[in-house]
Amino acid sequence: MLRFLVRRSLGALVILILLSIVAFLLFFGMPRDPALLMCGKGCTPANIENIHHVLGLDKSIPEQYWIFLHNLVVGSNDFAQGPCPAPCFGYSYHTNEQVWGTLMDRLPTTLSLTLGGAVCFLVLGLGTGLIAAWKRGTLVDKTFTAGAMVISSMQIYFLGPLALAILVYQTRIFDKPAYNPISSDPVAWFTGLIVPWVVLSTIFASQYTRMSRSSMIEQLQEEHVRTARAKGMSSRYVFFRYAWRGSLIPIITIFGIDLGSLLGGAIITEYTFGLPGLGRLAVEAVSFSDLPLLLGVMLFSATMILLCNIVVDAAYAFIDPRVRLA
Amino acid sequence: MTTVTKEAGAPVPADAGAFLSVRDLHVSFKTEDGVVKAVDGLSFDLERGRTLGIVGESGSGKSVTNLTILGLHNPMFTTIEGEILLEGQELTTARESELEKLRGNKVAMIFQDPLTALSPYYTVGRQIAEPFMKHTGASKKAAWDRAVEMLGKVGIPNPKERAGDYPHQFSGGMRQRAMIAMALVCDPDLLIADEPTTALDVTVQAQILDLLKDLQQEFGSAIIFITHDLGVIADMADDIMVMYAGGAVERGTTAEVLRSPQHPYTWGLLNSMPRLDSDLSAPLAPIPGTPPSLLNPPSGCRFHPRCTFQDRVDGNRCVTERPLLAPDRASACHLTAEQKRTIFVEEIRPRLG
Amino acid sequence: MTEDLVLPAPRDAAPEGEPLLEVSGLTKHFPVKGGFPIRRTIGAVQAVDGIDLTVHVGESFGLVGESGCGKSTTGRLITRLLEPTAGKISYRGQDITHAGRKDLAPIRSEIQMIFQDPYSSLNPRQTVGKIISGPMEINDINPEGGREKRVRELLEIVGLNPEHYNRFPHEFSGGQRQRIGVARALALEPKLIVADEPVSALDVSIQAQVVNLLQEVQKELGIAFLFIAHDLAVVRHFSHRVAVMYLGKIIEVGDRASIYARPRHPYTHALLSAVPEVSLSEAEDAGPRERIRLAGDVPSPIAPPSGCRFRTRCWKAQDVCATEEPPLVQLSGNREGHLTACHFPEEPTIEARDEDIVMDPALAALEEDAVDGD
Repeated sequence: MLRFLVRRSLGALVILILLSIVAFLLFFGMPRDPALLMCGKGCTPANIENIHHVLGLDKSIPEQYWIFLHNLVVGSNDFAQGPCPAPCFGYSYHTNEQVWGTLMDRLPTTLSLTLGGAVCFLVLGLGTGLIAAWKRGTLVDKTFTAGAMVISSMQIYFLGPLALAILVYQTRIFDKPAYNPISSDPVAWFTGLIVPWVVLSTIFASQYTRMSRSSMIEQLQEEHVRTARAKGMSSRYVFFRYAWRGSLIPIITIFGIDLGSLLGGAIITEYTFGLPGLGRLAVEAVSFSDLPLLLGVMLFSATMILLCNIVVDAAYAFIDPRVRLA
Repeated sequence: MTTVTKEAGAPVPADAGAFLSVRDLHVSFKTEDGVVKAVDGLSFDLERGRTLGIVGESGSGKSVTNLTILGLHNPMFTTIEGEILLEGQELTTARESELEKLRGNKVAMIFQDPLTALSPYYTVGRQIAEPFMKHTGASKKAAWDRAVEMLGKVGIPNPKERAGDYPHQFSGGMRQRAMIAMALVCDPDLLIADEPTTALDVTVQAQILDLLKDLQQEFGSAIIFITHDLGVIADMADDIMVMYAGGAVERGTTAEVLRSPQHPYTWGLLNSMPRLDSDLSAPLAPIPGTPPSLLNPPSGCRFHPRCTFQDRVDGNRCVTERPLLAPDRASACHLTAEQKRTIFVEEIRPRLG
Repeated sequence: MTEDLVLPAPRDAAPEGEPLLEVSGLTKHFPVKGGFPIRRTIGAVQAVDGIDLTVHVGESFGLVGESGCGKSTTGRLITRLLEPTAGKISYRGQDITHAGRKDLAPIRSEIQMIFQDPYSSLNPRQTVGKIISGPMEINDINPEGGREKRVRELLEIVGLNPEHYNRFPHEFSGGQRQRIGVARALALEPKLIVADEPVSALDVSIQAQVVNLLQEVQKELGIAFLFIAHDLAVVRHFSHRVAVMYLGKIIEVGDRASIYARPRHPYTHALLSAVPEVSLSEAEDAGPRERIRLAGDVPSPIAPPSGCRFRTRCWKAQDVCATEEPPLVQLSGNREGHLTACHFPEEPTIEARDEDIVMDPALAALEEDAVDGD
């Protein structure tokens, strides 16, 4: 297990480095010069030159990349805005704040939204999927399957405003979505996020309902499940002990991907509910050609996805003894 | 073996002596293409301690019959008619909870591919102990000890340690041994073995077949042994039932069926099969054509489209009239007993070399 | 069937008995990856480990053995679907061991393969005509009268209706699909066909049809066959000469009669005695066969036993078997060409011995009990 974690972490590190190189190169291929944006009205070539110098843009790309890596690992005191301890992504061009600090400010929002949502959609999705598989062919099954089909064809920018309109503005059952730190006021944290959770989990759960149902039905046709029945084990025992375990493998795979990308920022959800998370940060970084922030958000999201991948692979081994981690 | 056959719709009371009797069994599946008549009017009896070999090719209905005995078919798509009586208890209409008490306890099964038939997620010991706990009410500890004992009995070295292994850590032969241990753990009266050695290598198959025979001596179970391999059946069975396209076409003791077969399909099987001592100068004599679709089985005798002897039957009977299988030693064919004997002796036997 | 068909005479028939395919020291090791922190090769599955064999023109050569013995790998090496680790393959005297695409091109058409699974070995989206004419297209061969005419001829040769030219594989049964596979292999008029378990996926009655078809093709067209199968009776029926493989080695090779009636290697004895047989008459002509029951399964080819690979399951094994690998040689009393790799060969007979050989401890224990109980 330890070997597996070390090896996979090393692999992830290599991917992150490659990714940052690609990001660097892409940035310099961008048509907009960030100095122009910062310079503003009445810009002279001398000003631009100056800004280039201050930002270090006059150095060669490999040199800039080296400085980026150096700052990331040991930090830096060379910034005009002040000291920047490791992990230092530098200061945002746009807000002049430390990138790492900004990321950490936004992270709790995304984390709360995503993890809370994930718990909801897993419980809801797997639950309905299992019931549908258990009651296969009955009205219950058909209702769940059809419902899941309808919901999964909706998009968050449709269901989100709809939920807001009905649940918040019309009936006032729930509070307007907002992020309140869990440490200061857990109740406000909960009530502020409940509508986004409901919307997010409804949309995702529909996918998991269908997946869990079909995966379960597939498992129930496995020969070893038939053997368990032939031994006289009860239907319920066979269903939960023999079939369910195997049905989790494809679900975990998809869950890892979903969770990773959500943690990297659920852009549309955050916009729909006006929550200041990582997704919005990413959009801001792109629109201002804010290289340090962009790199920061990107590498952070990538790290989340890679981390989820490693956890998923470890989970395989936990579920299926045939999977050997090495 | 005592056997009773009858015309459809006129049930005959089960023979009191039979341990298992199947009466006019019909099993059909609903599929997208239509209704598949997988078993079509099958009757047979089995006595305690005997081994009945069911031989047939894919689609003959041999596996379906035996899944039906334990109610392991999918009730959503399956229609069953007829009777399956186990010690007088009717199984086709039995409640699921009653069947659960029988399965793995009084009647146990061994499947073809032990790699897929054992769960990859649990240890071998646990999978053997489970039915023992369920059916005898034994404690976890006692059931585990029993599992270890059974593993030792079927020849797994170091059974104490190996019981804690997962099936993928076992070799193919060992997995099938574990499967046998699992089937015998509650000392069943009837063991249904569905192609138990088809997935195994020949030297391992020989070990497993001998093991099954020796264990049967010790446990006294009746065995239904399903296979497509006449050699295996000759080795294992006391009685043989040959199945074709959902029905039995010939039955008798092993010696009777193999040494004086009466049905053209049985002749065809024997002629198709290369043996280690067969004559090499002549080519094999295969059965022409392919097995029929069970969506739309042939009229009359199911075998008539592939039968080379139908012109020796008067009139059009092979096409219009389904031949019946008489009780005991019998074959479902319109040829007369004399014709069957002469054709075998004069035309079939010489080709077998 | 095809009995009444006039088959074209074998073209430029090379004299029988001349070697067509010669294989020496053929070896294939599949790497086993592992290690830490960087994965590297830490071992090898010794799938095929130094085998020699020769297939003559027009001969059918059988390769038998149990799963994991390397017989299928050998077939794939010879057709160059796999790259050999070591050894030499020569076809009609030309070394093709590591021949590139271009050098292989003319030979590829002369060596064809028939696969086990008639379901997965035919492209479901191609018509039968396209499947069979595929090899002609690839090799740019334009037979007289056009490819379609040739395909129809081939369909007739393998006993299918030429009208089925435009049908798709799923419209055929397993046995018919295997006939399509045979037709495809015949499309280029090959001199050698490597048939890897061509009938083991088929039902008994269909199996016999395909065996007969292959036999006709082999005899009428003079095509040499490397017939790979686990079924000893089928191999006996089809092959002039037979090699028995165990854990990547050939342990015995010889003409059919020698291998099946006068085997010398204990493993060959064990294999033959394990085949379940139908006894057709009460008074057996040849008397009862010997009974040998081995213990356990074949060991892992990753770490095969030292010396003789069969020694861990052999009843005659002694110390020398662990230290010295027995060479594949002609033993005294063996017929010409009958080679055996054993330090302590068995008597050349398969008749019953005074005492059965039961290596399996569970069987031995149960049988002991049964005898005591009587």
